[in-house]
Amino acid sequence: MKYETVIGLEVHLHLNTRTKAFCACSTEFGSKPNSQTCPVCLGFPGSLPVYNKTALDYAVKVALALNCQVQEYTKFDRKNYYYPDLPKNYQISQYDLPLSLAGFLDIEIDGKIKRIGITRVHMEEDAGKLIHKGNVSLIDLNRAGVPLLEIVSEPDISSPEEAHEYLSCLKSTLEYLEVSDCDMEKGSLRCDANISLRPHGEKKLGVKIELKNMNSFKAVKDALAFEAERQARALDEGETLVQETRLWDDKQGATVTMRTKEGSQDYRYFPEPDLPPFTITKARIEEVRLALPESPKEKRLRFIRDYGLSDYDAKILTSSKKDAIYAEEVLKNFKSEAKKPAVNWLIGPMLSEANARGLSLSGLKVSAHDLCVLIGFVERQEVSNLSAKSVLTEMIDSGKSADVIIKEKNLVQVSDTGQLESVVQEVINANPKSVADFKAGKGNALMFLVGQAMKKSQGKANPKVLQDLFKRRLIDA
Amino acid sequence: MELFKLTAHELQDKIKKGEAAPKEAWCALEERIKSVDNKVNAYVRHSQPVTQNPQFIPIAIKDNICTEGLNTECCSRILEGFKPPYDATVITKIKAANLAVFDLKANMDEFAFGSSTENSCFGPSHNPWNLECVPGGSSGGSAAAVASDQAFWALGSDTGGSIRQPASFCGIVGLKPTYGRVSRYGLVAFASSLDQIGPLTKDVEDSTLLMNIIAGHDANDATSADIPVPDYTKSLINDVKGLKIGIPKEYFVEGIHPEVKKSIEEAINKLKSLGAIIKEVSLPHTEYAVPVYYIVATAEASSNLARFDGVQYGLRVKTDNMIDMYKKTRGAGFGEEAKRRVLLGTFVLSHGYYDAYYLRALKVRTMIKEDFDRVFKECDCIVAPTAPTPAFKIGEKTGDPLSMYLSDIYTISVNLAGIPAISVPCGFTKSGLPVGLQIMAKPFAEEVLFRAAYTYEQNTEWHKQRPKL
Repeated sequence: MKYETVIGLEVHLHLNTRTKAFCACSTEFGSKPNSQTCPVCLGFPGSLPVYNKTALDYAVKVALALNCQVQEYTKFDRKNYYYPDLPKNYQISQYDLPLSLAGFLDIEIDGKIKRIGITRVHMEEDAGKLIHKGNVSLIDLNRAGVPLLEIVSEPDISSPEEAHEYLSCLKSTLEYLEVSDCDMEKGSLRCDANISLRPHGEKKLGVKIELKNMNSFKAVKDALAFEAERQARALDEGETLVQETRLWDDKQGATVTMRTKEGSQDYRYFPEPDLPPFTITKARIEEVRLALPESPKEKRLRFIRDYGLSDYDAKILTSSKKDAIYAEEVLKNFKSEAKKPAVNWLIGPMLSEANARGLSLSGLKVSAHDLCVLIGFVERQEVSNLSAKSVLTEMIDSGKSADVIIKEKNLVQVSDTGQLESVVQEVINANPKSVADFKAGKGNALMFLVGQAMKKSQGKANPKVLQDLFKRRLIDA
Repeated sequence: MELFKLTAHELQDKIKKGEAAPKEAWCALEERIKSVDNKVNAYVRHSQPVTQNPQFIPIAIKDNICTEGLNTECCSRILEGFKPPYDATVITKIKAANLAVFDLKANMDEFAFGSSTENSCFGPSHNPWNLECVPGGSSGGSAAAVASDQAFWALGSDTGGSIRQPASFCGIVGLKPTYGRVSRYGLVAFASSLDQIGPLTKDVEDSTLLMNIIAGHDANDATSADIPVPDYTKSLINDVKGLKIGIPKEYFVEGIHPEVKKSIEEAINKLKSLGAIIKEVSLPHTEYAVPVYYIVATAEASSNLARFDGVQYGLRVKTDNMIDMYKKTRGAGFGEEAKRRVLLGTFVLSHGYYDAYYLRALKVRTMIKEDFDRVFKECDCIVAPTAPTPAFKIGEKTGDPLSMYLSDIYTISVNLAGIPAISVPCGFTKSGLPVGLQIMAKPFAEEVLFRAAYTYEQNTEWHKQRPKL
């Protein structure tokens, strides 16, 4: 039987505020365990939370960027459950009056725009981390109290691929706001998924399975694909699925049962009495809206308009904000109306160098000016494309500028026919067989002769000029 | 004259005039504690001053207010040995006011759960007026210490009457400030939306002095009010002419002890004779206060007490797995009343019961607050008994939690509404037990309370009586 896949995603995002959500402790990642704690984030008796205003501003930014309606009246609630990484044994979160509701994110699937609804964006605090060693467990509470946003999508996603696209799009939108480093490895962006299947045409939703423990977008996609197949097979065999939470095991490439709904917890939400409800004025919301930076989509459209980029090129260059800023600098520095050569260098050699090194374009530390100098040499046919690529590699490795390397290595192409005449003559004299082959109409022979001449010139001769010289000598003679 | 008998302001005067040295005051107090606390059991810990300061006037501190480096255990086994790494804001303020902080920790009901100070892991405190009776609770140790001249003044906390009711039982002055007037930072929470720290003193003047020190906005407490603090000593005005006082008819019905009723009526007549305008008013939702309170307060308490799990501090019962550690630690660490309230609170917040209990309680709480808003449109303050009875016998109500809960029937509404109220001595029963008069005012109108209480006090002799020990 054919089934329709219904997916909703829950994303947790660390806000990169300097201090935690309810105390003045640092949020710095990777410090000595428990070095960034105080009575408040340790949940000591008598301590009280005070909300971080920067975190609230960031939250409003995210909500607006995701087209949500920011609520004027909002409050915090306590979510009660016991776990040793949660020092108060309740998490300060938001329940029935969240910060924002009813937003959306447009994603592109097979060239078509699909709108994914965002149910809500709400504020909460992160828990600490447990480190299991042998038969003891250690607790690091540096992360406890770091401000988090929960971004909940509507079940509008219909395939693992769409889920992947939604996450990429969401990440890029969030990165543009500069409110989080969105790093899944550091846990600053995490994703849980809900997935159910129903027969095509059926209105009622199937049994929902929650998936956890996916540590990359690819893992999310793989887990969903595995789960869609598992559920389809189960349904085909007439099994009844039970509502449960399953963990993705990256090594096995499979999901395994964590807990079923019967064992699910009652969080006993109630209003957090230590934090009075508060209002965010319409004026404040508008202020934040006006100060929102350009979104990835806006930047892409502007690149197309201002620099004549193709949609494809613009999309690649704007997927990350850092790269986009760098690319724009290069495009501005490139003093020619037609920007295509610069674009080709960015998405060609530059991007492959960046990918090979696991860096961003700007992370290669090649200044926009320097890159344009290098491209200029190629455009003026003073340096061959091949040499230029190796110059780029050396620029990245050594930090030297393009003209210094080109001068040091003496890479400027010789295009002066006077200088090359003698080389051509020497090659003709030394290779009578190839000369005969060429005269007999074998095209390959010319390439061989040019190659020999290139060798003799130590790669500096302009191959085009050499070709012309050979042709003139051998055909005209 | 024996220095320990002085009020804080009397002692301060003597020190200023050079008639007494602070050190002498401490020695006198220490002697007094040595000679009477074996009978009263007001203190759970007492020792030498921890900060040396010539200005000190020792203050007794309820065991649920955090003092840096000094045991703060809420009279619970679960917090055994807990030394907070920080001071409560009120303690910081007391230190800043050049008053030394002593390790003078007063007994209380465990986590402030109770009205008799019998629910303490250190055993009950005794009422200095009759050692067979309770001093009230939960700030019973603070009240008994002040009443038995073992403290010049004391800090307590009031969630449903825990300052006023023991003040009434012990014949002293107890103030529950407006919610948000005094920072709760460092007060181990019972019910966060109801708790307030306040003074227990020998007279009204001391109450104003202590409020001048502890009141005010605190950036560490999001529920503290950013409203300027007046100089409360300016409210020590011996005059109530024209003051409109409401008498709520719902407070004089069935259940009130006849001798208490008589004392209160006499006090009202006294105020009238001093020029106050007395009128009957109605607080129609009074009868719901106790049930609403026991839903809201226990709900919050169940969550506030969740952190006592043996993981970071206090008692830990060692077992071979985490869940068992939670269960056994909490089982061994909490007393019976704490367990009862955590269970009640957990129940009312549970899925399927939340709307019927907690949500409805919040709605009724709003109605109770609106009752007061209405009355304060036509009155400056409300006068009522603090407790329906004088102090009862130790053990008399421990087997009947409901009747224990009812001893807070006149004090609970004030916490639910967030308004301030004070209890001042207004008489004695034939058997020699004190009776307290409660005065309530609208939010941040502590000045009205002080004026009315001071006038009443200055025109009566009740506050001068001391128990014989």
